[in-house]
Amino acid sequence: MSDPSSPRSRPSPWGWLLLIPVVVPLITTFYNADSPRFLGFPRFYWLQLAYIILGVGTTTVVYQMTKKRR
Amino acid sequence: MKDHVTEIVVFTILFLAVSAIGFVAARWRRPDDLLHLNEWGLGGRSFGGWITWFLIGGDLYTAYTFVAVPALLFAAGAAGFFAVPYTVIIYPMVMFVLARLWSVSHRHGFVTPADFVRARFQSPTLALLIALTGIVATMPYIALQLVGIESVLKTMGVVGASGFGRHLPLIIAFAILAAYTYQSGLRAPALIAFVKDALIYLVIIVAVFYLPAKLGGWGAIFDAANAKFTASPAKTDGIILNANNQLQYITLAFGSALALFLYPHSVTGVLASKNRDVIKRNMSALPAYSLLLGLIALLGFAAIAAKVTPIHGDGNTIVPSLFDKLFPDWFAGIAFAAVGIGALVPAAIMSIAAANLFTRNIYKEYLKRDASPQQEASVSKLASLVVKLGALAFVVFVNPQFSIDLQLIGGVIILQTLPSVGLGLYTRWFHRGALIAGWAAGLLLAFWMLWQIPNAATKHAHFGGSAFPLSKFGFDSTKSIYVGFVAVLVNLAVAAIVTLILRASKVADGGDDTVPEDYTADATDEPAAQGKGDADSEDLAPEPIT
Repeated sequence: MSDPSSPRSRPSPWGWLLLIPVVVPLITTFYNADSPRFLGFPRFYWLQLAYIILGVGTTTVVYQMTKKRR
Repeated sequence: MKDHVTEIVVFTILFLAVSAIGFVAARWRRPDDLLHLNEWGLGGRSFGGWITWFLIGGDLYTAYTFVAVPALLFAAGAAGFFAVPYTVIIYPMVMFVLARLWSVSHRHGFVTPADFVRARFQSPTLALLIALTGIVATMPYIALQLVGIESVLKTMGVVGASGFGRHLPLIIAFAILAAYTYQSGLRAPALIAFVKDALIYLVIIVAVFYLPAKLGGWGAIFDAANAKFTASPAKTDGIILNANNQLQYITLAFGSALALFLYPHSVTGVLASKNRDVIKRNMSALPAYSLLLGLIALLGFAAIAAKVTPIHGDGNTIVPSLFDKLFPDWFAGIAFAAVGIGALVPAAIMSIAAANLFTRNIYKEYLKRDASPQQEASVSKLASLVVKLGALAFVVFVNPQFSIDLQLIGGVIILQTLPSVGLGLYTRWFHRGALIAGWAAGLLLAFWMLWQIPNAATKHAHFGGSAFPLSKFGFDSTKSIYVGFVAVLVNLAVAAIVTLILRASKVADGGDDTVPEDYTADATDEPAAQGKGDADSEDLAPEPIT
């Protein structure tokens, strides 16, 4: 049985970081434009594809910081 | 008329090879007894990081997505790219939610989201509604996978424009799928997913470099798309969003993200993993598929630049036609096989998930309370066949466009299970009666709104899309918003208000079969004593973390 007072029962403050990759891709003013282009891609497309890296980076950090210590 | 023989031969060989894998899968990681719902329906709850990545990736990014999203960009431009923010925000959103769902399901042996709701709110009625919602939302989704296969078959010219015979290749393909799902359960799609994804990644990497080289580079492709949308009379298209569809864009992305892991087939993929760590690590690994999806989406613009026209007026044939036109025949055959096999994985998982819902929350709850795990597995196997027949009937007897509309409705209705399933993982505050009231209110509003939306392209007067003009609510605005988002807000408001009313009037609420520690338990912890299933706890040294 797990002990309710054990550290992993408490939400970690690192979890709040996850708000960044949820909120940023929903702000259309950041990316709703054609220029500047990158490799021929309008900003609308390359920036939203770049948000994938933002998502991966954040979830990786949060995972590393919240995983159980052994 | 081009000769498609090479394509058909390559497609058929790959398709048959994968089918053989599907049958052999029954022996893969062989259990003592496959005739147990934990084994047939959840692959023994034992999948590690890699298998889970392939399985959930194959489950969420379906053949239909790979065909329909570029079709959307082809027709409407930037608005179709919502699939990218949608699949970026989903993983940070659900990282901890899914870990809780996994834990409580592990402790109690839950197989379906409705199992959880039943225990959490001690309400078989609410669980029944959740199960029915899940089954109804999943059926057209399976049908759409068939539409995905059909788009490839159409491009190869093996299905005509009319007549019953045109469906024969599809029926054969589906019969094979039904047979190996029946035999191998969740192990079949899990094993096939490796092949499917290897093929899809190969095709896309080649497409992303090869097609622009033929079409004058990505810059030229975007310029061709821009020229098309500038010339078209429609006001909503373009290679970037306009003032009126931005709200729709973000509410659709956000609402779709909320809905995705409420689908029973997504939950099946999550519960089949062996511990919490596998799920949390996958939240950083699954976005690789989002990149893939984003690149595939842009093939819609490549199709514009290549001046591809849809076959038989079916927009979903855009990508297959593009491959047909620009790839050498043998590689087009591989690409078609990737799409076709890509349809089999999710179709198998979806039918297993729907069958599990029927077995656990209808058959065991209402028809045979003392069903043994063996009987559950047998019923689930049969139910998976019935579900597939239903999906096939959709495609054969109903206009495919109609099943696409149904899938749209499916997303909106599955979202109405958010308060019970999603919020239920965090709070037991809602009254079980209030959750039913909110569910009903959300659904009624959603249907009213969807009824009002015409489809300009197909000339349907109703259920033509998910973008609802705010002006119909009486706002002085030309903007539109995603139906599901509005409906789930109303659902939540009703659930909250009715909870207060029912509490104030002291109407009896159910108890709660779960305890707080259940939501953080890991594979090393014992299953709860009252657990219905026999969650096997002996397998369970967690994987070392790299």
